[in-house]
Formats: sequence, structure tokens, C-alpha cells
Amino acid sequence: MATTAREIRTSGATVNLRSRVADIVAYRELLLNLVRKELKVRYKNSVLGFLWSLVNPAVTIAVFSIIFSVILPNSIPDFALFLMSGVLVFNMFQNATSAAVGSVVANAPLVKKVWFPREILPLASVGSTFVDFLLQSSVLVVAFAIVRWHVGWAYLPLIPLAIVVALLFTTALAIFLAAVNVKFRDVQHFLSIALMVWFWGTPIIYGFEQVAHRLSRYHLSWLPLINPYAIVVMSFQRALYNRRAVHTGKTVTALLPTHGYAWYVGVLVLVGAVSALLLLGAMHVFHRLEGDFAEEL
Amino acid sequence: MAAAVEIEGLSKRFRLYHEKFTSLKERVLHGGRVPFEDFWALQDINLRIETGDSMGLVGHNGSGKSTLLKCIAGILRPTEGEIRTAGRLAALLELGAGFQPDLSGRENVFLNASLLGLKRADINRRFDEIVHFAGEEVERMIDNQVKFYSSGMYVRLGFAIAINVDPDVLLVDEVLAVGDEAFQRKCLDKVSAFQAEGRTIIVVTHAADLVRQVCTRAAALDHGRLVATGDPNDVIRTFRDRLMTGAGASESAPATSDVWGRARILGVEVVYPEPSQTALHPGEPLELRIAYDTCGNTIDDIVAGIAITSSMGQLAYGTNSHLSGQELGTLNGTGVVAFRVTDLPLLDGTYRTTVSLHTRGGLQYDHWEQSVPIDVKAPGRDVGIVRLSTRIVVSPGATIGGSGLVFRK
Repeated sequence: MATTAREIRTSGATVNLRSRVADIVAYRELLLNLVRKELKVRYKNSVLGFLWSLVNPAVTIAVFSIIFSVILPNSIPDFALFLMSGVLVFNMFQNATSAAVGSVVANAPLVKKVWFPREILPLASVGSTFVDFLLQSSVLVVAFAIVRWHVGWAYLPLIPLAIVVALLFTTALAIFLAAVNVKFRDVQHFLSIALMVWFWGTPIIYGFEQVAHRLSRYHLSWLPLINPYAIVVMSFQRALYNRRAVHTGKTVTALLPTHGYAWYVGVLVLVGAVSALLLLGAMHVFHRLEGDFAEEL
Repeated sequence: MAAAVEIEGLSKRFRLYHEKFTSLKERVLHGGRVPFEDFWALQDINLRIETGDSMGLVGHNGSGKSTLLKCIAGILRPTEGEIRTAGRLAALLELGAGFQPDLSGRENVFLNASLLGLKRADINRRFDEIVHFAGEEVERMIDNQVKFYSSGMYVRLGFAIAINVDPDVLLVDEVLAVGDEAFQRKCLDKVSAFQAEGRTIIVVTHAADLVRQVCTRAAALDHGRLVATGDPNDVIRTFRDRLMTGAGASESAPATSDVWGRARILGVEVVYPEPSQTALHPGEPLELRIAYDTCGNTIDDIVAGIAITSSMGQLAYGTNSHLSGQELGTLNGTGVVAFRVTDLPLLDGTYRTTVSLHTRGGLQYDHWEQSVPIDVKAPGRDVGIVRLSTRIVVSPGATIGGSGLVFRK
């Protein structure tokens, strides 16, 4: 028989972070399989299959576009494209955290019977929504190509960076919420409300500057940037929608700050670093609570 | 030898909440205090399991043996103390845990094996072996959704995956008793192969016979404490003594016939050769004395019977005064019927005796179901119920035939 790698595992008061990460890496096969399972099972026995993951954002975009360009015109031309730039990446955040919050609770039978790094469960939720996001992005690419939109080529490198930041932050929150929800099931109810507020608080439907210039009177124009998702969405808008300001008749509406490439990179790196710290914190919390999972469930 | 599992000062406390407040509001309403009681499922366990050992953990329900196994598996975190394990661990706590009913058997093999820590390449390599082990039926339906499997197939596939994960330490919780007899034999064969390869096995079970059959060492738990470790026979004896002290003779069964209660069993005395003895040794006689009372009736149709069953509930021997042609005659008042057994050729174990008074037609006057324990202490590690003396002789080069009936394949 093949000799397997010898490992010494100590189950006691503390396990350090490095060995936890090593455990997760060792179980990457499980993570991949769970993501695959999630995607497979979700649309099993449905006619449209994975197309359903495109229908939801498509309808969202259609509804908002009709409301904000016809019923309540908001002075942003080609609103559908503006909306599409920011909403998909936020959707990923929304779906990933909503799925992750109940991931440990939903897999109670597994958690009680098998040992594996439990972080894998929220990670799998993030993973499968990320795959959905990639699929949806292909639709976005097609849409922008059809209308031959002039995207900001120079700003396109912001997008992978913004995705990394978004994933870091989403993962941190996913891991934290999944653990806390085991003890306090309030979390999942609270989350759906928080995400609704979060959506409207993020410059997706409106431009960042439309809020910031109102706050600048109180020297608070930086305030919306506290929301880590603001810069992520703005980076997408800067690169894809590619207009800092729009003209309707004689009025000029500023959407994005006048700063250049370096500013975006700087803020993204800063938010990314904070997110990485949050992720460490989340793993710490997860580890503290994890010992009680099998009992609490 | 190196220790595969080393347990030091392990304690596990469960917090039993009188009412479970899982929402924030409830916690706030109770000022953050939730009434609870501490329950120590395990207390100060020190145990070293050497590499290559097959350790049986025995104990009655609630003794903490499953909790201990879950701590070793890493599912529960110890409240105090440390557990060190060396090598890859696979725990068979529930077969097919994590099977996805909507996925095919094939997909589930990959999912479940990765759940136990296997890499894709390893799974690919072992896939055929796993499916083959699970049996022909599973092999045929491997690309069907698992929800169409019978529960037997489900469990067999689960076992096949877990056992083929190739662990250094295998933790087993009562799951060896799955499937039909043929599959059970297959499982035990696999376990023997495991032992031959020098791997470590830790089994939690009620079945004392299994421990004697499979294990090289055993540990007994009682109310969360380790009460014995060492040779399986000794440990099981200790465990059994503890179990017995708690279980007194049970009351009579409810009335089951019209004549019920016309005669009663007042008590049963188990008489070993020496008054100081608590168990029977091979070759010794045994006497069972049944004290009866006919409750004022004169009964000419009365039969006294005994049945001896193993701890697994298997009937080892049964007789009565009618079947053996030793009629009791007419009884009136109180008295004793004694069953004298000259030699009890049973293997080591605790047997339970059922005592009954009934008519020749089988209508019961009184009946004590498996209530009287008989302890047998027989040396050796033979398995089964009956003690036979066997001499084993090997004659190289000899052939069979000429002396009896010959069977060939």
C-alpha cells in the first residue's frame, strides 16, 4: 500500500493559523468537489440549468434600467451599462454571504460525523458564487461588445485587482458569519436586511460623486469609501463604463472622482490589506467557535 | 514503538442548557445568563495507543466511549487535556455521511473520499477497488443517483470508501455491523488485513465478542472515567462486573395468559461450586434454584423451564421439566425446583437466564425474561458460544479421504 504523508495532529486548546491554512490547502480537493456539487445540485432537474444563474441578474438589470431611465429618469445615459458595471460584482458578495451564513448549519450531519477543516464550507459557498459571477461576466462582456462601448482600456487592470479585493472581503465576512450563525441564528435574518441597506449604500445605482459632493460640505466626502465595496464597484465602473462625468443638456453630473489610476490602485491595495486582516480575524473567530460546532448543532 | 494516539489528561464537558436560547433576543432577555448544568462526559482520560494496536473501547450507554472517539477524530474539542495523533486518520462514525442523494454514485465516491482527505489522483487510483468492494449491485448502479440506492447499498458504498482511504489510524463506531453476513465477513477480512499491515484500529462497541475477536487491547469506560485497560478478556470482565452491579433482577413481565399468576417465581439462586465464587470456571457444575409459590392453588399441570442466552441474545441452551421427561408432579405451596448442570461448556461471557413456569400447553404462570446473569470465565481467545476442546495437528504432505466423507470444491 502507498505510504501516506505522516502528519502529527494535536487536538488541544490551540492550533496555530499556519497549520489551519495547511489543513485547508490539504483539503483543496474537497473544496473543489463541494463547489462542483453546489453548482451541479442547484440546477439539477431544471430545464434551463445554469442559465438560471444568468436570469436573476438579467431581470434585476432590466427592472432597474426601466425604473431609472423611464419612470424616474436619473440623468445617467446608458444607465443599463452603468448599472451592469457595478451590480454583478456586488451580486457576488450578496449571494456568497447569504449562502455562507447558513453553510455550517446546513451541513450539520457532516460536521457532527466527519472531521475536515470546517472553513471549507463557507469557502465553498464563496467559490460557487464566484463561478456564477464569472458566467454572468461573460454576458456583461457580450453586452459591452454588442454596443461597441468604449471601455477604459488603461483602467482594465484594475478589474482583476478589484476582484481579488472583493474575494478577500467576501471570504472574511463569509467565514465570520458562518461561525457566528451557529450560535446565534439571528445572524442570517439580520444579514438579509443588512445586505439590502448595503446595496443602496454602495454607489451602484448612482455615482459615487453624487453622494460625495453632498458630504464634502461637512468634509466627509471620504465617508462612503469606508464601505470596502465602494472602491471595488467604482473600479469596475471606471474601467467599464469609463465616464467620470455625464452631460444631460447643459447640466454636468459627476459620477466618479477625478483621481487617476494611482488613486484607484492605492485605495484598492489599502482596502485589500484591511480585508486580509479581517480575514485573519475571521479565521481566528471561526477557530474559537469551531470547537463547539458539533455540540451546538 | 511509537504511539499512534496519545491522550493526556483529557476531559470533556458538555454544557446542558435547560432551555436552548439561540437567538440574541432571548439571551438579552435573560441578561446574558442561560441556566445550564455542566456534565462531564469524560474525566481525566490518559491512554496511549501504540501503532499497530487494535484497541477496543467498551462501556455501557452514556459511558463516554463515543465522545472519546469523537475527540480523537477531532470532531469534538477537548475541554481539558491533549490528544496527539500520528498519521492519517479516518473515522467511520456514520457510513455515507455527506452523500448527496442527487449526485451519482461515482460523483459521491469522489466527494466522500475528498471529505476524508484524499486527493483526486488517489481517488482515481482506488476508484475501481472501492466500487468493487461495495459489491456487484453498486457496481452496476454506479452512475445512477444515490437516492435510488437501497439502504444496504448506501451503507456498503460508504464503508467501501472509508476503508479504502488507506488511513494509518482507523476509528470505528459500531459500524462493523452493517450489511448482510457476507458483507460483514468482507469487512472483518479488511480489518484483519489492516492489522496485518501494522495499522492502528480503534473500535467503539457494545459487542464484547467483537472486541475479543478483533482487538489486541481494550479499554473500559464507566461514567466518563477509564476503569480498565489491557488484555481484552480482562477488560471485558471488569466492564461486565460494573454493568452487572447496576442491573438487578428485573420484575416479572406483564400478564400474558389466563393462568398468569396462579403460580409465581419468588426468586432464582445461581449456585456456583464455592460460595465465594462469582463466576463459573470450565468443568464446574452449576445449579439454578427456582423458588416457587403456587399462591394457594394445587397445580398438577406445571412445567419449569430455563433458557440460557448469550449477551448477544443468542439462545445457547434451553430445557424444561416436560421436555426432559422429569415431570414435577402436583405442587401446592412453596418450594424450590433445582436445575443441576454437571458441566457448562460455554465460552467466556455473561449469559442471561430466562426462567419460566408454565402449563404443558405453554400457558405461562410466571416468566422472568433474561433476568438472571451467569458469569463464565473461560481462558483462551476462542470465539462463539460453545467451548469445545480442540487439538490442532498438521501433517505436511498428507491427503484427506479414506476415513470419512470428503467435500471438494
